[in-house]
Amino acid sequence: MSKVDLAQFHKAFHEESLDGLDAMEQALLALDEGADDPELINVVFRAAHSIKGGAATFGFADVAAFTHVAENLMDEVRSGRRPMEKAVVELLLRSGDIIRDMLSLQMAGQPGATAESQALLAELSAMVSGGSAAPAQAKAAAATETVEGWDIAFRPFDYLLKSGNDPARMFRELEALGPLTTTVDASKLPSLADMDPTASYLAYQLRLDAGAKRAAVEGVFDWVDGDCELTVTPRVAAPAAPVAVAPAAAPRAVREVATNSEASSVRVGIEKIDMLINLVGELVITQAMLSQFNDGVPDAQLEMFRHGLGQLARHTRELQESVMSIRMLPISTVFNRFPRLVRDLAQKLDKKVVLDLRGETTELDKTVLEKIGDPLVHLVRNAIDHGLEIPAKRLGAGKTDTGTLRMEAFHRGGSIVVEVADDGAGLNRDAIVAKAVQRGLIASGEGMSDDAVAELIFEPGFSTAAATTDLSGRGVGMDVVRRNVMDLGGTVSIRSVHGKGTTFTITLPLTLAIIDGLTAAVGGETYIVPLVSIVESVQVKADAVRSVVGGGELFRFREEWLPIVRLYDVFGCDGSRLGVDQGIVIIVEAEGTRIGLFVDELIGQQQAVVKSLEANYRRVAGISGATILADGSVALIADVTGLVRMQGRRKAA
Amino acid sequence: MNQPAISAIATDEAAQYLTVNLGNEEYGVDILAVREIRGWTAVTRIPQAPSYVLGVLNLRGAIVPVLDLRLRFGLTREEYTATTVCVIVMVAGRQFGIVVDAVSDVVEVAPGSVRPVPDMGTTVDTEYLKGLTSVGERMVLLLDVDRLLQPQDAQMLEAALASPEAKAVA
Amino acid sequence: MAKILAVDDSASMRSMVAFTLRGAGHDVEEADNGRAALDQAGVHKFDLVLADVNMPVMDGISMVREMRTMSGYSGVPILMLTTESDTNKKMEGKAAGATGWLVKPFDPDQLLATVARVLG
Repeated sequence: MSKVDLAQFHKAFHEESLDGLDAMEQALLALDEGADDPELINVVFRAAHSIKGGAATFGFADVAAFTHVAENLMDEVRSGRRPMEKAVVELLLRSGDIIRDMLSLQMAGQPGATAESQALLAELSAMVSGGSAAPAQAKAAAATETVEGWDIAFRPFDYLLKSGNDPARMFRELEALGPLTTTVDASKLPSLADMDPTASYLAYQLRLDAGAKRAAVEGVFDWVDGDCELTVTPRVAAPAAPVAVAPAAAPRAVREVATNSEASSVRVGIEKIDMLINLVGELVITQAMLSQFNDGVPDAQLEMFRHGLGQLARHTRELQESVMSIRMLPISTVFNRFPRLVRDLAQKLDKKVVLDLRGETTELDKTVLEKIGDPLVHLVRNAIDHGLEIPAKRLGAGKTDTGTLRMEAFHRGGSIVVEVADDGAGLNRDAIVAKAVQRGLIASGEGMSDDAVAELIFEPGFSTAAATTDLSGRGVGMDVVRRNVMDLGGTVSIRSVHGKGTTFTITLPLTLAIIDGLTAAVGGETYIVPLVSIVESVQVKADAVRSVVGGGELFRFREEWLPIVRLYDVFGCDGSRLGVDQGIVIIVEAEGTRIGLFVDELIGQQQAVVKSLEANYRRVAGISGATILADGSVALIADVTGLVRMQGRRKAA
Repeated sequence: MNQPAISAIATDEAAQYLTVNLGNEEYGVDILAVREIRGWTAVTRIPQAPSYVLGVLNLRGAIVPVLDLRLRFGLTREEYTATTVCVIVMVAGRQFGIVVDAVSDVVEVAPGSVRPVPDMGTTVDTEYLKGLTSVGERMVLLLDVDRLLQPQDAQMLEAALASPEAKAVA
Repeated sequence: MAKILAVDDSASMRSMVAFTLRGAGHDVEEADNGRAALDQAGVHKFDLVLADVNMPVMDGISMVREMRTMSGYSGVPILMLTTESDTNKKMEGKAAGATGWLVKPFDPDQLLATVARVLG
């Protein structure tokens, strides 16, 4: 027995099966739209085939049984016995979903078969010709014979050796069954001059003195069936009584699933690893070069030393970028689920929608990718549900009957932008205002800009799922979308033109691991404010500040009065307490709300590698993490969203 | 803590303890929990922290909190001097530093020699002690390192998070 | 110890095969399709090739056909990793020059037994 624990491959199998199912879905959707490419059919077949093979190998019997029937259906299509009709696509799409569920169940150590999967399996089986749902039955075992030994006549055809089969190897196998006597017939051997060294000219007469089973003896020759003349004759001692054939072994039980490790993994392209290895190599060389200056730098070599330092800086930066890129994955991994979603939603709502995906190769941090899916689904659902009109209405408005939903990802500055745009009816200003008034969010819409009205849909109290159906605007849980994006350090904005459509723009940081920050002194301490939240930094004159009842302070910034949050109070600093006109107010924005953070002075701008405070300590209100400054000391990073919420609670209190 | 990460008393074998000085008393820290011993360096203060948490420091890229054992035990704070030492410990996967007056010794403690702490005679709340033992003429109080940073602190944290505006208004 | 090439587009299947064979002391290289396998075979001299049938880019049958024309590979054992339902594929594989096959699903013990059978 080998001691290979198959559970160690389960995770890899699960991941690749999910990839396979995604590929299968993409291919099915393309086929559904009339694509005529045999490779698409192959992709679907291969996905089903691989999952079936892997599931059987790794002990996921239920998945294997289900996928087997799906594979049979695909095989009929592939071999041209069945056209790729809508009904087949539909059934296979649903099968993909079920296989996904079954895999998760089996990964969790549970049986994969459910009532739902059994029902679908019945549908699949009914569709497959012959209707046989059962996997191919194991071949009936050959009848057993009571024999003393075997006489075997074996004449390989001359090409047998070319298939990699070797008579000597087969004889060794026979010897393992019992004593073997071999007689060689060399009568067909040509003269040396005519001999092809790779051809086989010999014939053999073999005598096996052991009562082995016929299947065992013939099994030795199974790979050369058709490549030789073979007769296997038993030498029987007494007439053998017919023996009832035992049924094939029961299907193997599902293996116990080993503890399901939650740690996630990233698959990294080999070119990224090679890049890293190269860079580390360069670093080692630079280090060696610099180490010769261990005892000081002679003037004559100062230039060389500077050069070395410059190289060190460059390689360190490249190494950092390269390591960060390992966490980056293309947004296509998220976008891929939308063709299916859009198709299903459009079908359900009797709308015609074309999905236009762009910039799918744009890469995002893995953590961001994992969390951006849900907000995007929300936006897409809303766009189809509330944004895009039914065909008749579109035609009436002078548009084509098919709406376009564009999802696009691209780089802008140090950020990634993801847009979800529709060419639907746009936001209905009057309906939103009416709704906001009814919800008590505003007194009236008078004097509000269109942008300000659009912002209302992100207000937490704006909508409930039940209330939005009668509204031609949008708003199902938009506050949730904004909060999710905020949690990723991003922003959402909306742009809408009446009758022309609506565009949601999500701006995300390239990575969560490094932020651009403004370093500020607060009561003798140093804090970092993420640049992405900063609107502007201003000096405020003392007479521009109004005190309000309860101890708060407001200052005028353009059209608004903003609260001043004195960071040395929030963070309880012991040091200096400057007057408002002696320091700087950093205007920050989170969740659509602006506040002014009062600090002593701005020190500078720098990139900060975000470190967790919670790993060894705990969460601290108003702080999102820590970073290490150039001098090796620790600086804390202000949590702007948290500070805005604190200010909101303080105001409400 | 339902399962202390390190429990020297439960085992049959003698455990090694690093002894540290705090005023005139000597405390033992399970050597298995000790990661390193370093001199005192300035830390970055953390908002809303209990007074005995001095702040955080950068330990090879990790952000590690440092607490002052004197303050933790309600003693007065000494000036930090050249002999003031920060012992970095790792408990239940978390690292933190403990500032003590000085490090003194490594001693072997047989499990049979550990006695419960009488509820008097020391300035320290017995809650943070696993027991006491004798090393020659000296008495060594064995610290329950697990309890130094939690779970009482976790409760304080919850309280602090529940009313952050109290701090903000102050 | 033999030098073995494991060809399969399924990474889990490939790692299972490679892991098992390495555990038995063999030196294993991996390829995820027929084309990549041919490239590998051009660089290393393998004693045994195990190849899946259904693969993207180049399937296992075409791979066998081409590999048989490569110098040094006319007599090297090549086993197809096939499924019970692929009876036609077995025959196609044989016609292309495959030595034999190993029927999926197989467990590590079956794999080792079959490899031992070929390597003798």
